Amino acid sequence: MYTLGVDIGSTTAKAVILENGERIVASSIIIATVGTSGVQNAVTEVLDKSGLRMEDMTAVVATGYGRQTYEQADYQISELSCHAIGAHFVFPDVHTVIDIGGQDAKVLSLNERGQLANFAMNDKCAAGTGRFLDVMASILNLKISDLEKEAAKATEPAQISSTCTVFAESEVISQLANGVKIPDVVAGICSSVASRVASLVRRVGVQEKVCMTGGVAQNGGVRLALEKELGVPILYDDKAQLMGALGASLYAFNKENKKNNT
Amino acid sequence: MAEEVKKQRPAPDPNSAKMRLRKIAADAYSDAVEAKKRGELVGWCSSNFPVEIPETLGLTVCYPENQAAGIAARGGGERMCSEAESEGYSNDICAYARISLAYMKLKSAPEQDMPLPDYVLCANNICNCMIKWYENIAKELNIPMIMIDIPFNPDYEVSEAEIDYIEAQMWDAIHQLEKITGHKWSDEKFRQVQQISGRASKAWLDATATARYVPSPFNGFDLLNHMAVMVTARGKEEAAEAMDKLNSEYEENHLNGTSTFHAEEKYRIMFEGIACWPWLRVTSTGLKGRGINMVTTIYADAFGFIYKDFRDMCRAYAEVPNCMNIEHARDKRVRLCKDNHVEGLLVHTNRSCKLWSGFMPEMSRQIGKECNIPVVSFDGDQADPRNFSEAQYDTRVQGLMEIMDTNKEAK
Ligand code: SF4
Repeated sequence: MYTLGVDIGSTTAKAVILENGERIVASSIIIATVGTSGVQNAVTEVLDKSGLRMEDMTAVVATGYGRQTYEQADYQISELSCHAIGAHFVFPDVHTVIDIGGQDAKVLSLNERGQLANFAMNDKCAAGTGRFLDVMASILNLKISDLEKEAAKATEPAQISSTCTVFAESEVISQLANGVKIPDVVAGICSSVASRVASLVRRVGVQEKVCMTGGVAQNGGVRLALEKELGVPILYDDKAQLMGALGASLYAFNKENKKNNT
Repeated sequence: MAEEVKKQRPAPDPNSAKMRLRKIAADAYSDAVEAKKRGELVGWCSSNFPVEIPETLGLTVCYPENQAAGIAARGGGERMCSEAESEGYSNDICAYARISLAYMKLKSAPEQDMPLPDYVLCANNICNCMIKWYENIAKELNIPMIMIDIPFNPDYEVSEAEIDYIEAQMWDAIHQLEKITGHKWSDEKFRQVQQISGRASKAWLDATATARYVPSPFNGFDLLNHMAVMVTARGKEEAAEAMDKLNSEYEENHLNGTSTFHAEEKYRIMFEGIACWPWLRVTSTGLKGRGINMVTTIYADAFGFIYKDFRDMCRAYAEVPNCMNIEHARDKRVRLCKDNHVEGLLVHTNRSCKLWSGFMPEMSRQIGKECNIPVVSFDGDQADPRNFSEAQYDTRVQGLMEIMDTNKEAK
């Protein structure tokens, strides 16, 4: 049985095809926002890669902010549950999932069976989300993927204390004007995200093992800063960004499987 | 092509509790306008000020919080908030205060008019923002402000010393009002008002307690509307009658297996915080569309003022939810959750209301733990529409529903 999970986020669309809820056949990530053709491109790409057709999918599940607009979905569930399911699949003994995406940060607490038991999300502010990092990277003229490398070179991480993204932007500019080196500024930016997210994690409770999912998880600078803040190791897998789509695909499989067994 | 037949809704029964309550709420405004036209003095009154005082004295008062909620629900929140901001008020100030201060300047709003005040009645048992808000009105309009200081109570019970402090101020307020308006206090009239307000309160508590039935005979969003009458008119005979009617309708619904929640009730939650008035429809359909009934809120408890005499009334006003200590406030909510078989708590983190959003994270954590239910919060604002995101709300509500599902499966 093949199942397709589609995660339509605020900045990217992701798709994962699973075989029998066990093996990832193919996956795709397209940079696009909700409401654009990104979803369709992500689905076309994942089908192309797998050599399968839409008709081969037993069930399709959509998740993410655009979940309600994707008409091909048989079901839609929140990305909260999907990240929990996906993370539990990759790390069976994980109890806390930190998912930082483009426009929000979520901390999920999982029960013994890997189901979503509780969660906390950032408030209306963009600090501590992917968008914050995007803005900071662009002032520094860096690519998001360079942030990790730069942060690793830091000798005296700078202090970025403003919560507001716009204030933090001017803080970064004045740090640079004062001669603070770019790697130190980058490390300060990563710590600023980490400290915002750490308070969310504490609200839910730090229960090991802890893993990170979502696009920002790829940034080792933020991961390391978070490990330091929380004092626990943070698991990471290179499928981090796909975790929502993976969870959706697994949800589809479980749902169909249950149907067939009743 | 077949012609579409528009579904005819039966005309609402003017005798139903809903219509009676709606009329009482609407009349409160038109009566005040009329009174002002006749040359009577009209006051503005904070929602937890003892209404028994103006009621016994036979004074006409209006409720700015209520008006602000009405203006926000009818789409005027942003316009009025911006108006206040252009006067120099920060957008961090309570949106009810901003709307009210804007109204004072504009003197009219198409969404809900109300006569300008000749005096203001302020009690800070609701919050301390109220004091500055009313002081500004009093200063700008050059009118007297009558203030009853009912401080936040850090102890579980209200002490005799606190009651002494409040009682003395109540009498002082009465004497000031007698002087300002020429109306006279009568103990006999007070006893009548107390009796009516007690009756209305009891009926309100009974009606809201019918949420103990599963499914609930009403949609909890009803309470947010009906509550207006409890705030403004609980000392009036017709309010007590309408509340009795509400209670009997809910009991009847239960017997007939009907409800004002027009969907299958799959989940039952408690809603915490002020309604998100500018987004009322979005917030309510986000729940109803998923079969989530908000069966209770602290409002169910907040306006049940039952007391035995004047002194006991002073105690009752020191025991309103916003001025009692966190343990006491938590216990009240825990009881509502347990009595009404609540499966989840949805918290409106309302930045307008510093007091409420200040104590909520810790209190909701304790409620969740004590009742073993998931707690989910969303950001919004009671009256400023700019502080809410529909997509964020939706994800959180769906997450809450999915956890409640998991919990049901585990049972
Ligand atoms: S909403 Fe909060 S801050 Fe505003 S008047 Fe009411 S209690 Fe005070």
